[in-house]
Amino acid sequence: MIDALTIAVAVTALALAAWCGFAAFRDQPTKDWHFIGMALVSVLGLVQLVVAVVQLSRGESPDKGTALFVAYLLGAAACVPATGFMSLSERTRWGSATVAAGAVVLAVLEVRLFDIWGGGSA
Amino acid sequence: MPETTATTAEDGDAATAPAKRSLGTGPGRLLVTLYGIFTVAAASRSLYQLLAQFDRAPLAYALSAVSAVVYGFITFSLVRGGEGARRAALACCALELLGVLGIGTWTLLDRSAFPDATVWSDYGMGYLFIPVILPVTGLMWLRRARTERPAA
Repeated sequence: MIDALTIAVAVTALALAAWCGFAAFRDQPTKDWHFIGMALVSVLGLVQLVVAVVQLSRGESPDKGTALFVAYLLGAAACVPATGFMSLSERTRWGSATVAAGAVVLAVLEVRLFDIWGGGSA
Repeated sequence: MPETTATTAEDGDAATAPAKRSLGTGPGRLLVTLYGIFTVAAASRSLYQLLAQFDRAPLAYALSAVSAVVYGFITFSLVRGGEGARRAALACCALELLGVLGIGTWTLLDRSAFPDATVWSDYGMGYLFIPVILPVTGLMWLRRARTERPAA
């Protein structure tokens, strides 16, 4: 795990959460720009997935178990795309709120990933 | 809850209603998402723990599995919609709330029974207290969904 990448994913996820939360607050559905933001965060999540799988295949192993780590990794990668699709079929403020919730969950998952890998010693 | 007895009479009406009442749109969409996330979280957590380390804390892991089933059922009911699903989800949300409060209190009173945490330990503190907020929101939404769109 690369710490900078974990932090980048968490920070962009929180920014996305704030942005979509603001849209929900203003009673607006997600728009094109929001989807570009979601794509950006999703790409970062996928990069993290690939990097982590490469590191695992090189023999590095997380402190608290590989299975647990991979499960969180997959969850983190799926979070924002899944809520993004939910907001596509819910064109109200609640679609925006859904994406905001998904992005917050992603940020929490990043913290957990950091812990499971072994916090800082990566 | 008084409405459970009142609604039994309109079963036939609900069945012939043109469209199933939607529970998973609008604010319900956010609830479906959160319940979906908690289903996945609780299910994968308990599956992993039951398979890999059951002996360490059988009670905690079994309770986690129960919570996963409850979450899964509520998610399914919200997506399915309709009066029957609404009432089933209402009952499950009440069960969920009881579970969170009961297990939350239990974990505080008798730490030794829980060598490892469940999703509902300490009122869901490890999950940002969402486990205790979610059933309350769910109950409010499910009750409102009925009053806003009464049976045909």
